[in-house]
Amino acid sequence: MGDLFWIFISAMVVNNFTLFYFLGLCPFMGVSGRIYTALRMGAADIFVLTIASTCAWFLNTYILPAAPYLRLISFIVVIASLVQITEMAIKKLSPALFRALGIYLPLITTNCAILGLAIFQTNRGYNFLEGLSFALGGGLGLTLALVLMASIREDLLFSKVPEIAKGNAIVFIIAGILSLAFMGFAGLLSV
Amino acid sequence: MPRKGTPGQVLTRGIWRENPVLIQMLGLCPALAVTNTVENALAMGGATFFVLFCSSLLVSSFKRFIPQEVRISTFILIIATFVTIADMTLEAIVPEIHKALGAFIALIVVNCIILGRQEAFASKNSVPRALLDAVGTGIGFIIAMFLMGALREVVGYGSFLGYPLFGSSYEPWIIMILPPGGFLSIGFILIALNWWQRRQLERAKARELVEGALVGRAA
Repeated sequence: MGDLFWIFISAMVVNNFTLFYFLGLCPFMGVSGRIYTALRMGAADIFVLTIASTCAWFLNTYILPAAPYLRLISFIVVIASLVQITEMAIKKLSPALFRALGIYLPLITTNCAILGLAIFQTNRGYNFLEGLSFALGGGLGLTLALVLMASIREDLLFSKVPEIAKGNAIVFIIAGILSLAFMGFAGLLSV
Repeated sequence: MPRKGTPGQVLTRGIWRENPVLIQMLGLCPALAVTNTVENALAMGGATFFVLFCSSLLVSSFKRFIPQEVRISTFILIIATFVTIADMTLEAIVPEIHKALGAFIALIVVNCIILGRQEAFASKNSVPRALLDAVGTGIGFIIAMFLMGALREVVGYGSFLGYPLFGSSYEPWIIMILPPGGFLSIGFILIALNWWQRRQLERAKARELVEGALVGRAA
């Protein structure tokens, strides 16, 4: 049990997907303009990550030992199609949830955070539960980074930014400072 | 079939004016994650170049046979095949670098630069033009990786490609080789680029003013 908890904490803050591994940077830059969109993106991320982790575990346990060179291809195909199917199911069963996550799901079906999770999980040999806690921690960590960034950027609208640093440059510098802050958690543990 | 630009323009476009990383902001994950030394950055750049070149070759040759509805999945399958080849080749030839790059070689599959070039260019153009475009974009990516890697290694380790630069009294900025350094470096590079572009613009404006004045006087 202790292990599961530490995997969760490690994926969430110590080795944060966005700020430590640089995974999922495109949505991080793209939708971190407003807190509301950031939250919905985060929710969609957690959802897809959980699916991806389950898929990766299943493939690793039952199929890939026979054909290890198909790892990448099978991860992508299986995760992408399962997300697509789940999306259709949600659309049918809960239109409200679909409206909330809707446009974000196709965006992140195979972004680097999702595939990265599947590969890290494989490399570290996590079992099913460990993988789930890794996915939940990673997803919450992504959400945390997105929401923090969005809050800062909402404030940034009213601040004086030097003319040459406007746009992406200042966002990267802020991300650097955030990442620096998150390094403070490194003393907590290392996995 | 769209035929925009001469072959020369197709080749050089991706290198600087539409540099995939620095101007279009694509493929940021590898550009930040594995650029802590020049060696890693160049290995990553080379692997990406290889995958981009081969995928463009295959996609542009088979574009007639790829159905419109499933084109994205087809591109991804083609890319994933070449990434698997690159991954295994690197592991066999340079195991240390392969270990340093870790999962990020596999993550070339989801590098938006490659998929973007297939969708926007290779699937609509002839084979030679697609290859020129792939070479240009690939070189542009390598240049961006090299810039990041050089900045981070020189400041963070005080060395270049492993050769010490500043002697033993230099205190390396460890922060630059850690994750925050990646964000900060690209931030500073973008600021420098912005500054340079604004200066070019101002110079062009000043030149126009002077020319305008000359023309006015001549008239």
